[in-house]
Amino acid sequence: MLASGGGLVELAVLTTKAIGAFLHDWYSKAAGQFGSVVAMIERAAAPVAGVLLACGMMLCGIHFAAHSQPVTEPLSVSEVADGVFMHTGALALMTRVNEGGIANIGFVVGNEAVAVIDTGGSVREGRRLLAAVRARTDKPIRYVISTHAHPDHIFGHAAFENEGAAFVGHRNMPRALAMRGQFYLDAYKRLMGREIMADVKLIPPDQLVDDTLNLELGARTLALKAWQTAHTDNDLTVLDEHSGNLFAGDLVVVQHVPVLDGSILGWLTVMDGIALMQPKRILPGHGPVIENWRAALAEQRRYLERLTRDVRGFISLGAPISAAAQGAGETEKDRWSLFEEYNARNATAAFAELEWE
Amino acid sequence: MSRPGLRLMQGIGIAIGMLASGGIGALAQSSAPKDPWPELASNIFSGRPLLDGTGLLAIEMPGRAEDAAIVPLTLRATLGLAETRRIVSFTVVIDENPAPVAATFQIGPRAVIPVLSTRVRVNSYTNVHAVAELSDGKLYVVKTYVKASGGCSAPATKADRTNIGEMRFRQFGQMPEAASNTRTAQIMIRHPNNSGLQMDQVTRLYIPPFFVQFLKIWQGDELLLEMEGGISISEDPNIRFTYVAGGSGSLRAEATDTAGHVFSGSWPSSGMESVE
Repeated sequence: MLASGGGLVELAVLTTKAIGAFLHDWYSKAAGQFGSVVAMIERAAAPVAGVLLACGMMLCGIHFAAHSQPVTEPLSVSEVADGVFMHTGALALMTRVNEGGIANIGFVVGNEAVAVIDTGGSVREGRRLLAAVRARTDKPIRYVISTHAHPDHIFGHAAFENEGAAFVGHRNMPRALAMRGQFYLDAYKRLMGREIMADVKLIPPDQLVDDTLNLELGARTLALKAWQTAHTDNDLTVLDEHSGNLFAGDLVVVQHVPVLDGSILGWLTVMDGIALMQPKRILPGHGPVIENWRAALAEQRRYLERLTRDVRGFISLGAPISAAAQGAGETEKDRWSLFEEYNARNATAAFAELEWE
Repeated sequence: MSRPGLRLMQGIGIAIGMLASGGIGALAQSSAPKDPWPELASNIFSGRPLLDGTGLLAIEMPGRAEDAAIVPLTLRATLGLAETRRIVSFTVVIDENPAPVAATFQIGPRAVIPVLSTRVRVNSYTNVHAVAELSDGKLYVVKTYVKASGGCSAPATKADRTNIGEMRFRQFGQMPEAASNTRTAQIMIRHPNNSGLQMDQVTRLYIPPFFVQFLKIWQGDELLLEMEGGISISEDPNIRFTYVAGGSGSLRAEATDTAGHVFSGSWPSSGMESVE
């Protein structure tokens, strides 16, 4: 997924951090290792106090981490079902400000162990997800499952590399990482900045799913399914059998325009397969958790079918690919977030696929 | 190696040389990026002068590419009716690409190709130059600017791709404005066109180059056009061309890739629009 900057907000964040860092150094010398924030304020020079109070929470955080390492604030997650936790990402492109946090990522807690499903768009986000797990349980993380190999879902993997977990992915995921991995790392160094990207590592799965695979968490089974090429060529879904909640990855998205990076016809077929599973609830890769998954699938189907119909029309008229990029799917324009960012690309990809029919 | 082949290798060699010297240059100065075109042009065309091609040929590409790995490109021959010379070849140069010489198209000695379209990979914001050689040996150039990135390193190839080498042909209706008997046709070849520039992060090995290098198209026994392409041509090379129809000869194509595979096809040239 591509990104755009957020200039003024970025500047504000950087300025706040700079002030915080300065104050941290100042107070390390003045106040010693530990002490209450109030005591430090009393010792502060009057002109600085105002700034200090303004920095409030930031200073608190920096102060208690005596070695200038910010405390990892746990990612906010909701418990969508007993033992099933989900964080909803921003409906945006990956940026420095949002630290790549645009995907829905989560975890499932069993009697013995935990499985993490997708790790986010940066190692920072991954660490915050880990903190969210640890805030609720100290059971070992047995599995880190990737629903597919897009940056917003896998850039946080390095945060989990010392947890003793097995990394699980679709049989095509190693190849996808090999083909695209370096490109993603380079692209996001430019788009999100070297600082955020510094510790991002591509960690290929050590356990591959050919078709289906069951993972045990202790009286709790996760049923994984590897699908034919759809959103990407390495899509996995994860069904928590206990709660009937299905982590769909980007095979199902809500509000966020579907992004075609695989096969449009394959995706429509896979959606049929997902509907047949009759899950209790579908957890989408982007957008809010919804109760009525049939409605969500219908929306997504409408977009993909419209795109297919429009592109086939252009092809049969003998129009060139650029015409389809401009015109296909236009009736869906106001129904989806990030439509302008992705629809023309979707149309181009669909054209290159459908002209072979 | 054939002359066009030499040119292609030259192009890659120049690019690597420029990357290397550019790196050293960057240490010495913190300046605006250097325009690679003068040196590219001089090397690719052996120092021959390039005249302004406005009015003789045109290049059309989107200002901003939707998908950097599939960027449409159209070349038009816009020679006036009084023009006695003909276009002998087109060369497309994507200045900032790792292999800047995207393709050369040799036009058959008795062929007339007013329009030629294909799809290319664009690796970063760049000028794209089209150079036509005319039958008097003179070179003419036009250019356009494209905003795109990552086309060469993030191709669309999906796993489970089958039928490499499959060729499809399509004929479109007659051009309405044609006083002469022109037809438009399209040839597509199923091929990953791997650039050889992607590195497998885990093994640190490069995925080897594997791409369609030559494509020849005949009408009956007459050569219409011969493309020599490189890694800047998109996956599933797609050539759409307008040509002057002659006789009842069928259209025939033959493609060769870097592994030496030869793919061929032939299709009757009908009087009506036909879609394969």
